[in-house]
Amino acid sequence: MRRLIFHRRHGRSALHDSLTIAGSIGVALLAGYLFLEASGIDAAGAYRALLVDPLGTSYGFFETLVKAIPLILTGLAVAVAFRMRLWNIGAEGQLYAGALAATYVALFTPDFGLPRAPLMLVAACAAGAVWAAVPGVLRATLGVSEILVTLMGNYVAILVADHLCYGPWKGKTTFGFPMSDRFPDDAALPAFAGTRLHVGLFVGVLCSLALWALLWRTKWGFQVRVAGSNVRAAEYAGYRVKRDAVVVMILSGTLAGMAGGVELSGVLHRLQPRFSPGYGYTAILVAWLARLHPLAVPLVAFLFGVLLTGGEQLQVMGISSSLVDVLQGLILLSVLAADAAANWRMAWVVHQGSALSEGVVHD
Amino acid sequence: MLLTRMTVVLLSVVLLSACGDQASHKEDKGDEAGNPTKVDRKVGFIYVGPIGDAGWTFAHDQGRKALESRFPGLQTMCVENVKEGADAERVLSKLAQEGCTLVFATSFGYMDAVLAAAERFPATVFMHATGFKRAANVGTYFGRAYQTICLAGLAGGALTTSGKIGYVAPVPIPEVIRHVNAFTLGAREANPSCTVHVVWTNAWYDPAAEKDAARSLMDAGCDVIMSEGDSPAPIQAAEERGIFAIGYNSDSRAFAPTKYVTAAIWDWGVLYSRIVEEVLAGVWKSEDYWWGMETGLTTLADWGPAVPEDVRQLVASRQQDIVDGRFDVFDGPVFRQDGTRAIPADTRATDVELLGMTYFVQGVVGTVPK
Repeated sequence: MRRLIFHRRHGRSALHDSLTIAGSIGVALLAGYLFLEASGIDAAGAYRALLVDPLGTSYGFFETLVKAIPLILTGLAVAVAFRMRLWNIGAEGQLYAGALAATYVALFTPDFGLPRAPLMLVAACAAGAVWAAVPGVLRATLGVSEILVTLMGNYVAILVADHLCYGPWKGKTTFGFPMSDRFPDDAALPAFAGTRLHVGLFVGVLCSLALWALLWRTKWGFQVRVAGSNVRAAEYAGYRVKRDAVVVMILSGTLAGMAGGVELSGVLHRLQPRFSPGYGYTAILVAWLARLHPLAVPLVAFLFGVLLTGGEQLQVMGISSSLVDVLQGLILLSVLAADAAANWRMAWVVHQGSALSEGVVHD
Repeated sequence: MLLTRMTVVLLSVVLLSACGDQASHKEDKGDEAGNPTKVDRKVGFIYVGPIGDAGWTFAHDQGRKALESRFPGLQTMCVENVKEGADAERVLSKLAQEGCTLVFATSFGYMDAVLAAAERFPATVFMHATGFKRAANVGTYFGRAYQTICLAGLAGGALTTSGKIGYVAPVPIPEVIRHVNAFTLGAREANPSCTVHVVWTNAWYDPAAEKDAARSLMDAGCDVIMSEGDSPAPIQAAEERGIFAIGYNSDSRAFAPTKYVTAAIWDWGVLYSRIVEEVLAGVWKSEDYWWGMETGLTTLADWGPAVPEDVRQLVASRQQDIVDGRFDVFDGPVFRQDGTRAIPADTRATDVELLGMTYFVQGVVGTVPK
């Protein structure tokens, strides 16, 4: 009997990894090329639009960065939780929680004589932290699956935001339309002249560096990483795994909440229902592609920015959004496949009789 | 290690982009002294849903196509599925950058983005559907669909036997509230004791939620379903149960071949052609275009096979009253749900009142979120 088995590769080299990824992207682009040509589209022109607009024009480049900012912060949020095998699917809800807190500070608190924008970010972090702490504590104390609780938290947060936009927080200057009033000027993060790029980019990059230092340069970070690779070993070593899990969830929620605050304060300047195009979900892809590594998250988020804003340019060229989705999916899928290929080696083995134990494979 | 990998990825991406030919991307600006019969201009569209929604976005895209056939040489471009968040301003700016003289933003939630993009591109005209904020180069437009929806309600009221009509309503904003009210006023003109039951889906396009809403309304005893969402899912659900279905946006009888009543549909090409003409002639001014039935912008779709002749007659005569200006939907007296008078007798509601409508009229069962 022939069967396919997978060996985990050890001792991978950077060169090998790079070649695999580059090769797979090449394959994806080639497949996409044929696909576009078969659909009667000038594929070379399409690729130029997909890549040159976000990378080769200054407006496109700044906009790509603007798009990347919330993906950096939510990507970090997901990465830190997944590091400890805490499946926080709720970055979207934590982002909304942060956005709500930021809106509250922007519109409904007295003037403290301080600029509002930093206060908004602090409030956003706190709200995101609380939103994530609930599933964290439930998991640590009662063993409730954090996947379900964080996921449901998304729906609740989005509906609370809807309720506030349609109800109590509906603007006085919006003719009954569901959105908050515009934030005062001191609620806006500073932006670079003539662009929408705001200091949220530095916040994101700083968070990335800080998270890396926390995970790789502190004892606590080491404990978290050990618990992520092997909970039993961590418990045996006497680490307080449950407490750390709650702390990691809070950290994760803080980052996602900040993303909400930064997006409102930096770009939108008012609360609108359903303002997020699913950053908290895209973040899961970003985090996985970054191998849950904090320093890689900003780069991957930027690449996502390229892919997403370039996709709009393709539509401007007359390519339908479903074709754009197919192309984007093709590229992502092949990068993920390359990642798997870099990690695992496939081999056919022939079983002779049943003497071999099932399923256990040694390198 | 990982960083190296990412660098390689980036590098290959940049290399690849450099390989493409550089020739054809140059855009030609419109020629001032050129041939006047050929329109060498670009018009852009930004859509909130997919063109294939068979509803709102589809109707606007039909308008775009009408422009292309009406003005030879006119080039149109569109971007669909653009969320009403941070992405909108970028897409609007891109369309302006691509050389569009005129950009149509076809959803309310694009308002801030339209104003921001318009400030950055003062030479481009932006037209924002259903909005209320204007600027030197920003105009707003919509149609008095409440007139056609009222007529559809008249037919619904005449057709219901249970006295309960279900209304699948997308998003609780004044536009939709106005439409629910118009429908109810029409339905109660034909059947004064009937009620209109509203379920909100809180989304412009959500086929699953719209279908669920329609089913729950039918479970509650409604025997006519009116759907204002962008998808034809509720109409399909009504057909499955043999219940009358009324649509909105575009003619969706294909989804309910036997129980289709009619639909309040758009012919955006009528308005879009006029705006393009004005922009081309250089006489466009920032204003609010709010066209009624008499222009053909909003019309009733052809009757479905199950609608009896007397109902068709009833609606046709009311339609003539509206077109001739003898009657309008919100002619007083109009009463709110709680019985208080909203519009006094012998008064016609002003446009400002209509645009800011946040209450339901008597006969509606449901609440406006507060």
